[in-house]
Amino acid sequence: MPLYLNDDQTMLRDAARSFMAEEGAIAKQLRHWRDRNCKDGFGHGLWKQFAGLGFTGILIDEAQGGLGLGHVEAGIVLEEIGRNLTPSPFLMTAVAFVEAVKDTPHAERWFPGILAGDTVAAIAVDEGPRHRPDTIAMRAERSGNGFSLSGRKQFVVQGASADIILVAASTEEGPTLFAVGKGAPGLEVEGVRLADSSIGARLTFDRVGVDADAVVGEVGRGADILARLLGAGRAGAAAELVGVGSAAMDMTVGYLKQRKQFGRLIGEFQALQHRAAHLYSELEIARAATLKAQQMLDESSAGAEAMVSVAKAKAGHSATLAVQEGVQMHGGIGMTDEYDIGLYMKRDRVLNELFGDPAFHADRLARLKGY
Amino acid sequence: MSDSEAFRGEARAWLEANCPAEMREPVRDETDLCWGGRDLVFKNEAQRRWLERMAERGWTVPDWPERYGGGGLSPAEAKILKQEMARIGARNPLTSFGISMLGPALLKYGDEGQKSRYLPEIARGEIRWCQGYSEPNAGSDLASLQTKCEDKGDHWLVNGQKVWTSYADKADWIFCLVRTDPQAPKHHGISFILFDMKTPGVSTKPILLISGSSPFCETFFDDVKVPKDQVVGEVNKGWDVAKYLLGHEREMISGMGLAGQAGAALGEVLRDAVAADPVLRADVARFDVDAMAFRAMSERFIDELKAGQAHPAQPSMMKYAGTELNKRRHELVMAAGGSDALEWESDRSRRGKAAREWLRTKANSIEGGTSEIQLGIIAKRILELPGT
Repeated sequence: MPLYLNDDQTMLRDAARSFMAEEGAIAKQLRHWRDRNCKDGFGHGLWKQFAGLGFTGILIDEAQGGLGLGHVEAGIVLEEIGRNLTPSPFLMTAVAFVEAVKDTPHAERWFPGILAGDTVAAIAVDEGPRHRPDTIAMRAERSGNGFSLSGRKQFVVQGASADIILVAASTEEGPTLFAVGKGAPGLEVEGVRLADSSIGARLTFDRVGVDADAVVGEVGRGADILARLLGAGRAGAAAELVGVGSAAMDMTVGYLKQRKQFGRLIGEFQALQHRAAHLYSELEIARAATLKAQQMLDESSAGAEAMVSVAKAKAGHSATLAVQEGVQMHGGIGMTDEYDIGLYMKRDRVLNELFGDPAFHADRLARLKGY
Repeated sequence: MSDSEAFRGEARAWLEANCPAEMREPVRDETDLCWGGRDLVFKNEAQRRWLERMAERGWTVPDWPERYGGGGLSPAEAKILKQEMARIGARNPLTSFGISMLGPALLKYGDEGQKSRYLPEIARGEIRWCQGYSEPNAGSDLASLQTKCEDKGDHWLVNGQKVWTSYADKADWIFCLVRTDPQAPKHHGISFILFDMKTPGVSTKPILLISGSSPFCETFFDDVKVPKDQVVGEVNKGWDVAKYLLGHEREMISGMGLAGQAGAALGEVLRDAVAADPVLRADVARFDVDAMAFRAMSERFIDELKAGQAHPAQPSMMKYAGTELNKRRHELVMAAGGSDALEWESDRSRRGKAAREWLRTKANSIEGGTSEIQLGIIAKRILELPGT
């Protein structure tokens, strides 16, 4: 498969690009909900529109009413989300959650609502400030016909708005994923606004009782499902980072062509030209790595896990470079809330932490390669 | 069976029957490469046989037309041949600036006489070429070159000096940029000329580098007479040929960063060295992220080139990123090697292989247009930033 978008994918990108630039624009979504102090941090109307366009069913099989497409296509939508900083449950719900439950009975229960743009799902994996999915302290003890969950989760994106939360826990048999409905007795949800004005949640589980059918997959066999969920989430976050970085670069290069100092356009200065050119190079490489990871996920290639880590780390680094250079090259106005470039810096920070930052993924790559 | 599968089978069987076992061993050093040329001395019988068989088949230049000594293969077939050669570890039968640089320029800009004269010699490895571009006062500002070429009616007369001429002391012929119109603006008075290095008035002097080797020369032209039919393309339009050829050179140099890695992450090779040193391990891990990401970029670049989708200035990006990465790789290899890697002459160090290679990579981001020149090209031609 060549490493560029095919004709169908290019059409999807063009459609997603014009839709997101129009309906998902910063003024219309991010600033709108932020300035109203919205408790969800995103618009349900836009989520319905995503459903109308088929986006929410990209990873859902055609037999189940979706489009039956892959991670490349999900990434196309996410890159446009990134470009416009569009607040949306897309990554958690339509990518990570769908990927995790697709071959389980939970698919029947939740996919119709996701396809209709009514349902929002959240992923509860992290327990401390750093992403460490290999050490899950959350306990699930057998209790009656089901389980009793106790422990804490944090950085649960859209956790306060979710209808269903996928929770990673440890049982005697091993790691297990549970689908926990909102309002479960003993579950305390504290919505927290993050630096980019998205809403995360801290969850406290105090002997939250769930039925046996809340288990996703098999008890003690959650590692594989968690790996699939994380692979999809990481590749998706990488795509969104590529979008964030690309838009920040485009804004910045545009500014270099318009801002005058010392009687000339600042884009004429070689010191800035070379930094902009280096940034372009880094983002091109990040985009290639991300597409490669998505293709490998879609082909279930053996090396997909390593390539996903490469993509998440590289996209994270490159987008960070883009927003840092962006604010610096904009000078004073880059520090103002009125100008959008700073919003990109905040989103980049959040996406870098999500599903593991570049340090986490460089370390993971080294382990996968045996050193 | 599709045509391409049929070709794969055919190529595999032919390679199996014709590639000598010695030519399937990894290249250990420079002396294992076959550069061709009039005075070629083969390292062994296998090297001679391999070149002859491949040249006979046209597979030293698989995608050139058959009438010029090529294999006449489609790009898809040429890729399959490359994969099949890689599969058995077959060496390139011929390493040649004629193939990688001059040939593509002649195919595009040469007249019929030039093509049928020079290309078959290149394909068979009979003539070794060198490139006369840089001058003592024309490095990054290549178009300011001053080597003079006067029209003397029945011949050209060349006077001047080139520098950084790779293997000029070993080459048979040179392709050279010369100034044919000193009055014209600097890009418009340049011509692209070919001549025999044995012509009276040509002399060379090797330059000793920090790596201890001398791949480059100073080359002097003192009243060198060149026949009139040896200018490629139009007189005074040699800059177009030069730029086209530089694009190929950049692709070749950016590819060097990948050659020989065979998909291995650096950390796999340095496993023992980094095990006790967490900070070095972290540096290597970060390098591997960048190296694997760049490998994906290379794949994308080649796919886009084939589909005609690559930006014309994208080779500058590849050259910049690839060479900077290669320098980082060798810094890490040296760090992991510690004082073992410092030995310069011992057999233990294979005559300072690691150190000499490390120093060699420092030229990667200078030759073929410095990193700064590439960044300037990206800024102007891709990002369309203003300025001169």
